[in-house]
Amino acid sequence: MNIHEYQAKQIFKKYGVPTPKGIMVESVKDAVAAAEQLGGPIWVVKAQIHAGGRGLGGGVKLAKTLEEVESLADEILGMTLVTHQTGPEGKLVQKLYIEDGADIKSEYYLSVVLDRKLEMPLIMASTEGGMNIEDVAENTPEKIVTVPVDPSIGFQGFHGRELAFGLGLTDKAEQSNMIKLASKLFKLYMENDAEMIEINPLIKTGKGEFMALDGKMGFDNSALGRHPEIAEMRDLTEEDPDEVEAAKYGLSYVALDGEIGCMVNGAGLAMGTMDTINHMGGTPANFLDVGGSANAETVAKGFEIILKNPKVKAIFVNIFGGIVRCDRIANGIIEATKITDVNVPVIVRLDGTNAPEAAEILKNANIANLIVGDDLGDGAAKAVAAAKGN
Amino acid sequence: MSILVNKDTKVIVQGFTGKEGSFHAEQCLDYGTKIVGGVTPNKGGQTHLGQPVFNTVDEAVKTTGATVSMIFVPPAFVGDAVMEAAEAGIELAVIITEGAPVKDMQMAKAYATKHGMMTIGPNCPGIITAEECKIGIMPGMIFKKGNVGLISKSGTLTYEGANQVCNEGFGITTAVGIGGDPIIGLSYKQILPMFEADPDTECIVMIGEIGGDLEIQAAKLIKEQITKPVVAFIAGQTAPKGKTMGHAGAIVSGSAGTAKEKMEALEAAGVTVVVSPAEIGAAVTKAMAKK
Repeated sequence: MNIHEYQAKQIFKKYGVPTPKGIMVESVKDAVAAAEQLGGPIWVVKAQIHAGGRGLGGGVKLAKTLEEVESLADEILGMTLVTHQTGPEGKLVQKLYIEDGADIKSEYYLSVVLDRKLEMPLIMASTEGGMNIEDVAENTPEKIVTVPVDPSIGFQGFHGRELAFGLGLTDKAEQSNMIKLASKLFKLYMENDAEMIEINPLIKTGKGEFMALDGKMGFDNSALGRHPEIAEMRDLTEEDPDEVEAAKYGLSYVALDGEIGCMVNGAGLAMGTMDTINHMGGTPANFLDVGGSANAETVAKGFEIILKNPKVKAIFVNIFGGIVRCDRIANGIIEATKITDVNVPVIVRLDGTNAPEAAEILKNANIANLIVGDDLGDGAAKAVAAAKGN
Repeated sequence: MSILVNKDTKVIVQGFTGKEGSFHAEQCLDYGTKIVGGVTPNKGGQTHLGQPVFNTVDEAVKTTGATVSMIFVPPAFVGDAVMEAAEAGIELAVIITEGAPVKDMQMAKAYATKHGMMTIGPNCPGIITAEECKIGIMPGMIFKKGNVGLISKSGTLTYEGANQVCNEGFGITTAVGIGGDPIIGLSYKQILPMFEADPDTECIVMIGEIGGDLEIQAAKLIKEQITKPVVAFIAGQTAPKGKTMGHAGAIVSGSAGTAKEKMEALEAAGVTVVVSPAEIGAAVTKAMAKK
């Protein structure tokens, strides 16, 4: 789960990570009031969406007067911001963060992520602040310092020294500031089951102090249960409404832009089904994993979500029953055709637990539009043909 | 022969008396698995599914001589359960539970490694040695005994692969579902050499997916150490960038972890890489004929 910059900065404050003063607002009037309260003399007006690259997309701008704050707030609030992380459709800006301008001497990059190879958190830092870190990694990897931290010993002095010297800091006060900051960030990461914390840029002020000018945080969904205060920060308007709706029914759904709707059990088989359709010359319209506890209601819901997409010309139901029993899925399909108007061909392949019973149920139901696939290859081929109108 | 588990393996179940634990432990017993007891705190002394219940893993191990534990406890208690098993001298913990916090798994796996305990999972279907021992939630009937070893991140693709292999007239030695979480126990790198050393395994099916670099590490190892034919499929060729596809670990960030990258690395290592899981069976038949 990701949160907004203004929320990340609330958490930074709690852990003593310095940030400029700022206020989140949702209207132009409040933006001006916030700027007055902060005092100036300069302010930054920042779009709050869950995506990086906001500055380049025109969602972060500097204001030198209250009038400028007003006109910029008016411009950015309600705009559809397109960045390299939003996709071409962009994201609607519904919240702004009005922040004090800062005295920037130099810009750095600092993050904590999980290193899957080492199986422990990794602190990553660079002197190339404000840049896209993937580009830095690609073009000048020597400018990135990485320090893995074994959680069983926690953040030690040597971790901090590796970072400070790695960043070329020679002033003792600056070294000490950096070490303290990294230590706080690591504590924040561990205590909140964060998946990723990124500060880009982390600035050094004229006084040699470090300050988080931006903040990005993601959390482990599996651990949200023990962090209710973070779970509350979830902003559903930032998520795909169909994905949110699907999740309520235990379905894992991701929209794609093809023509064949997919309903599959298990994430791996769901991806494998998409790949098979693609290989046979078709295009998958979605990823949909019905999970291990699929029943008539969830299957019907799955159909409803898939059919909301007007591009869908056929649906491929591919189930290999292990825990999921095929007869339940078959009943679900029948239910779905009663509740929802299934107006495209449905290709059904059911294998595994109770598959013969399922075949019998479907045969007796006599549903128009229903085509049986014998196995994965056969089912996918029939779905591709059906989507092409054959 | 087989790898890791066989008809003599003594197994206990952590989370034995819970709904999931009970249901699947019963299925495992029916399959022939030697489940010799289970652990549920405060239910020690009771009998469940005809087997003794203990309060602690330590007590269960000392009394039954079990070497493997199948873990079904709720997600928030997985870390604790794995460490308890390690401390008690269990040799292999098979973690079925889905949704264990990643931080807990980092700690638990590090602790298990320190104690010399192997782990499989979490969020996996488990391990099965065909017609001998099933430790997990897979439908046992599709795994016929034979000479093909199988290792997969995905549960349902394990079933799909095994089913195709058996439909082609072959069978399975052992199938291991390693799970798709960001932190997992035994992986390709440890299991491939076990299949190489197993005299009954003649061919290996390896199923991977996008995210991480375990398949890339496997490719390197196959090139250096594996002489048996390997057939591989990587799920997620059509997955969009940056989206989590069900499994928390299957996220493509930047260029690292794409299906293309993994398929190319495996091909370069001499592996037969199929573009669709529907082609696994045919590829195995071809590989077995060439031997």
